[in-house]
Amino acid sequence: MPLTNSLRDDILAAVPSLRAFAISLSGNADRADDLVQETLLRALANIDSFQPGSNLPAWLFTILRNLFRSDYRKRRREVEDAEGNYAKTLKTQPSQNAHLEFEEFRTALDKLPQDQREALILVGASGFSYEDAASICGCAVGTIKSRVNRARSKLAALLYVDGAEDFGPDETVRAVIGGSGG
Amino acid sequence: MKDLKSQASKSTTPGKGGLTPEIQSRIGHQLRAMYDDVVRQGVPDRFAELIKKLDAPGGGSQNENGAGGSNDNNGRD
Repeated sequence: MPLTNSLRDDILAAVPSLRAFAISLSGNADRADDLVQETLLRALANIDSFQPGSNLPAWLFTILRNLFRSDYRKRRREVEDAEGNYAKTLKTQPSQNAHLEFEEFRTALDKLPQDQREALILVGASGFSYEDAASICGCAVGTIKSRVNRARSKLAALLYVDGAEDFGPDETVRAVIGGSGG
Repeated sequence: MKDLKSQASKSTTPGKGGLTPEIQSRIGHQLRAMYDDVVRQGVPDRFAELIKKLDAPGGGSQNENGAGGSNDNNGRD
């Protein structure tokens, strides 16, 4: 479909969540904005292939995700300074405690396998249905569900048990999670 | 005290994926807080301008990218 004014407005309206998705994926604000820019250029160049009436955010997220994937393969993971860069993007600096907790969360999120991280973000933060998330990631709905569940379990193990970074959620960890009543 | 204890053990009953509902909601809350921080920043000027430019006939960026060829020339670093 041609680039109408209303379509242009809809694309613009999707930019804030595209940025949030890009930052969540890459952990780096500068790279995220480059990703968003490339996504917009690609979307506008291929606007004819967008089906009127279909889900525009899902279409844009798919483009961004694919760009990130191909970019990721090229670069591997060269940026380890995720939290520092991410914090710079915040308008208001969170309080000391909240900031610490936030960094821990960010660090834990970065430790998830990419498949699980993107599934969790799409469903848990972007608010896509499992069906839309599956279509964005090009996989089955059941696959998305199991990725989201595994992502949550791993985050819980990383965040809510001390020193869990070095081992998986085995029986000991589960026992600690379940038994911390003190 | 006994009541407290039984309440606690009830709320730590693992749900889907071995998670307590409490931990699930905590994860969900933090995830959305992180995400919404960025969403609330709105649309940075560079993107608003990028899209506006494409609105104007003869805007610069169409020429920049060549005429729809699939030839990606990334000669520069």
